Amino acid sequence: MSGTSSNEYIPHHLQHLRYDVAKGEWAHGTDGIVNFHLINVDSLIMGSLLGLLFAAIFYFAARRATSGVPGRFQTFVELVVDFVDGQVKEVFHGDRRFLAPLALTIFVWVVLMNTMDLLPLDIPGMIAGAAGAHYWRVLPTADINTTFAMSITVFVLILVFSVKSKGVGGFGHELIAAPFGAHPALWLPNLALNIVELLAKPVSLGMRLFGNMYAGELVFMLIAMLGFAWAGAFASGAVVGGALGFIGQVLLTAGWAVFHILIILLQAFIFMVLTVVYISMAQESH
Amino acid sequence: MQINATLIGQAIGFLVLIWFTWKFVWPPLLAAMDERQKKIADGLAAADRGQKDLDEAKAQALEIVRGARNQAAQIVDQANRRGNELVDEARGTALAEGERLLASARGEIATETARARGELRSQVAHLALAGASQLLKREVDAKAHAQLLDELATRIAASR
Repeated sequence: MSGTSSNEYIPHHLQHLRYDVAKGEWAHGTDGIVNFHLINVDSLIMGSLLGLLFAAIFYFAARRATSGVPGRFQTFVELVVDFVDGQVKEVFHGDRRFLAPLALTIFVWVVLMNTMDLLPLDIPGMIAGAAGAHYWRVLPTADINTTFAMSITVFVLILVFSVKSKGVGGFGHELIAAPFGAHPALWLPNLALNIVELLAKPVSLGMRLFGNMYAGELVFMLIAMLGFAWAGAFASGAVVGGALGFIGQVLLTAGWAVFHILIILLQAFIFMVLTVVYISMAQESH
Repeated sequence: MQINATLIGQAIGFLVLIWFTWKFVWPPLLAAMDERQKKIADGLAAADRGQKDLDEAKAQALEIVRGARNQAAQIVDQANRRGNELVDEARGTALAEGERLLASARGEIATETARARGELRSQVAHLALAGASQLLKREVDAKAHAQLLDELATRIAASR
């Protein structure tokens, strides 16, 4: 447990490896809710590595793709592609040449990042510690920066698609004239409502994924706390209690991991489908 | 929980991934999948067409065999009939020839008989005349007694 005691265990595991860009040194402590001088090195590295993994797998498959009999690897990749394409086709009736790759990127990248939650809780930290890092959070989607980076990008794409399909004037008119009506007295209420509606999309997208993964990670940590209990019981000679604690930890971890597989896939799927829904809504007129 | 510069870094990474997938991953994969789909559809259509052709060819072959069988039966029939005809014809010809031969033989017999009878008659008349002339020692006028002699010859012929 990296030499920490039970009341330090969870705070330690929730601490990012942070670098202060302004000071040029490793940061310790939290330093505010919003601080653009700091950067979470662990999230960035894990996210980039998994993004590279996604790009490598699919680029390799795309390079070798033929219309002949596909191998198992190609079949697997095509299965994913076909699944995503089918989901996009169901929601979005138009040119899918950009939206479907976007959905594929979101789905696979988020699945890969979420899957990091299934790694044994302390092993990434141990490896990072051996490399000299005091902290290492291995799950990038339990970092609100990652989820909001994605949802804000999606938000920008929503705006781009809105302007592209309706023009600046059309989109602006829609912002002040819908849903109540085009009367000048209604412009302000319309605009207020539309801004809330627009902003609710990235906030809910980002918070949903973050909340689910953060909570999932936290449950793993809480179960891991049983380790302190049974280790203490063994140390004080309570063999039966210690054995029960050990068995309980193993069973609970395994059970939660199995259940968590569902959450990993489901959250990635929800993020993808909602993105597609939002962008297809942006292309339609109110 | 802290919003910091990681947000910008992850957003750039996300955009690069989207761009990469959009440009280099999606088009070749989808092209290959669509092409395979078309290939499979074509293959199935070709298989269907082949099956149909085979069925048609089978039906045609059956039709040809049936036609040939009918024709063969017809030829055999015709040959049988012709054979019977030939036999009948030959029999008719033979019968007619036999009858003709019989008739001519009968006619010949009749003429032979008549000629023999006439010869016999004249010989009888000569004999009778010679006998009478011998008997009378004189020449009998054949002309004067022709009626008598004929009567005699007729009587001889009738007595036969």
